Amino acid sequence: MKLSRLSAPVLLLFPAFLVLAAVVVVPLALSFYSSFTPFRLTKPESLYVFIGLRNYITVISSWDFWVAFGRTVLFLTIALNAEMLLGLGLALLVSKAVRGQRLLRTLMMFPMMFSPVLVGFQFKFLFNDNIGLINNALQSLGLTDQAIPWLINGNLALFSITVAEVWSSTSVFAILILAGLLAMPRDPIEAAHVDGCTPLQTFRYVTWPYLMPFAFIAMTIRSLDVARAYDIVKIMTDGGPAKRTELLWTLVGRTAYGDARMGMANAMAYFAIVLSILFTVYFFRKLAAARQQIGAEW
Amino acid sequence: MAPVSLKKLVKRYGALEVVHGIDLEVKDREFVALVGPSGCGKSTTLRMIAGLEDVSGGTIEIGDNVVNDLPPRARNISMVFQSYALYPHMTVGENMGFSLKIAGRPPEEIKEKVADAAAILDLTHLLERRPSQLSGGQRQRVAMGRAIVRRPDVFLFDEPLSNLDAKLRTQVRTEIKKLHARMQATMIYVTHDQVEAMTLSDRIVIMRDGHIEQVGTPEEVFNRPLTKFVAGFIGSPPMNMDDVTVADGKLVFASGATLPIPPKFRQSLTSGQKLTFGLRPDDFFPTGHGLNSGDAEAVAELELPVSITEPLGNETLVFVGFNGRDWVSRMLNPRPLPSGQSIKMSFDLSQAHLFDLTTGKSLVA
Repeated sequence: MKLSRLSAPVLLLFPAFLVLAAVVVVPLALSFYSSFTPFRLTKPESLYVFIGLRNYITVISSWDFWVAFGRTVLFLTIALNAEMLLGLGLALLVSKAVRGQRLLRTLMMFPMMFSPVLVGFQFKFLFNDNIGLINNALQSLGLTDQAIPWLINGNLALFSITVAEVWSSTSVFAILILAGLLAMPRDPIEAAHVDGCTPLQTFRYVTWPYLMPFAFIAMTIRSLDVARAYDIVKIMTDGGPAKRTELLWTLVGRTAYGDARMGMANAMAYFAIVLSILFTVYFFRKLAAARQQIGAEW
Repeated sequence: MAPVSLKKLVKRYGALEVVHGIDLEVKDREFVALVGPSGCGKSTTLRMIAGLEDVSGGTIEIGDNVVNDLPPRARNISMVFQSYALYPHMTVGENMGFSLKIAGRPPEEIKEKVADAAAILDLTHLLERRPSQLSGGQRQRVAMGRAIVRRPDVFLFDEPLSNLDAKLRTQVRTEIKKLHARMQATMIYVTHDQVEAMTLSDRIVIMRDGHIEQVGTPEEVFNRPLTKFVAGFIGSPPMNMDDVTVADGKLVFASGATLPIPPKFRQSLTSGQKLTFGLRPDDFFPTGHGLNSGDAEAVAELELPVSITEPLGNETLVFVGFNGRDWVSRMLNPRPLPSGQSIKMSFDLSQAHLFDLTTGKSLVA
């Protein structure tokens, strides 16, 4: 009786709202609430103990957390810049290809097709100090007679993870930037040549301003991606050795499922989301500015 | 300021040859238009002069230097593109000063030269805008401004008016002409619009299928076209043309209609010769409504039916049926003509053109 008084749009949208509430809103609210409790998976009743901001205070005053936070930012910065430069280079090379460009574009996308877990295993094998391909190659070439402990040395381990990450995702940049290159008009480039630009100046003053919005779109997507890096790290080092590759989300995962401290892990997670939001806002600002600069009409 | 000289210039894309060894001398400070239908090789030729296309054969000289292997930046040229090709992320002022900035000139000098060019082109109030905030005509003026701040040896224009509407086109055309008078520079201008070519240039180069058909002043190519193609291309509306056979001192059309042999050809034609007869709309008019050359003896008159008329105000284009087709005539001091009415038409044969049917070459070269 009462239902029939609701208007048709409300009725029709109701199931969708219901599903969304069940799978998004309720878990979100529950996790947010649990970040204010000392909830442990092993002590279900602890979910009902409200402790206010104590989890957050613990997180903020935890040295381990800030180290993981800082390392994540460092990892993000290095990986994104490397992917950006390599992707740009790849895109420029592929755009110059007269024949087989389609094939090259497809090949370029291969790394994106692999599951990150598999990429992790693959690189774990490549970087293995005893049987790994990389040490084997270095030794065969006579560059070293040492077995370099790629995944065991604290600094090298993060480097190795960065290599795996860059390998698997450079093509995101390459493809987006290539799209920009293919879409950009030829005339301004020719005008720049006539105006006296060397190829390098043409790139600096004409091509790059055109590509910037595309690069920033890739940056935005990838910063979210890298900020939640978990799978490759989990497989390759599991945060080790001695937490030297612990990133935000591996720490969150360990706290939640290893230590079963769900409330604390949720507090960390909400904190980590702030980082992602900051990066996204930053890149969207840059993107808007770059778009305005080239007078883009999209 | 420099002359430009093309010698046996060839352009090939793989096995396909699109420019077949053309020769052209453009004098210092001359305004030359390259004109022809799409695909005739005029833009390719211009782009080779600019250095944007490789030369497949022959040489290009600017001044005394062979520039074949020089990149565009070493040729001291400026180019105005059809699509304006402005840098969208720079302001109008930055666009215009860009080449000077690249050349490493001091900022004060750049500012001064940009201000000068902006004053010439009436762009001063727009210097801080970006190209996306300008209209088409303004953008094209910025493109011209960018070309003139450098004071190059040679200006190249690649269909600069094609993206503008008809009214603006006339306006910017006048500006280009003024610019040439003021800059005293060599200018090479590519267009498919013969009116632009006629109004702007000192000499016109008419190209077709990668060859040069004729080079001459606007008067020459209009009054003395060397080939049937030039005759048909230059002039608006185009010249009326039809095939004829010479018989009994007359020109016989396919339909059986005849005209007397024009006086200047009387000695040279032989019976049975096959030709193309051409007469411009200006020399074919309703009797009493045209500019007569004064040679009354050379005027033939025929009674012909009017099919349609296109009044233009000061004149009317009258299409009359002749030899199974509509021939267009220009009627001065027009009066209304109902369709279907037969009227007396004058053929001013002193202005007639005859072309060899097979070679297409004009009989009086």
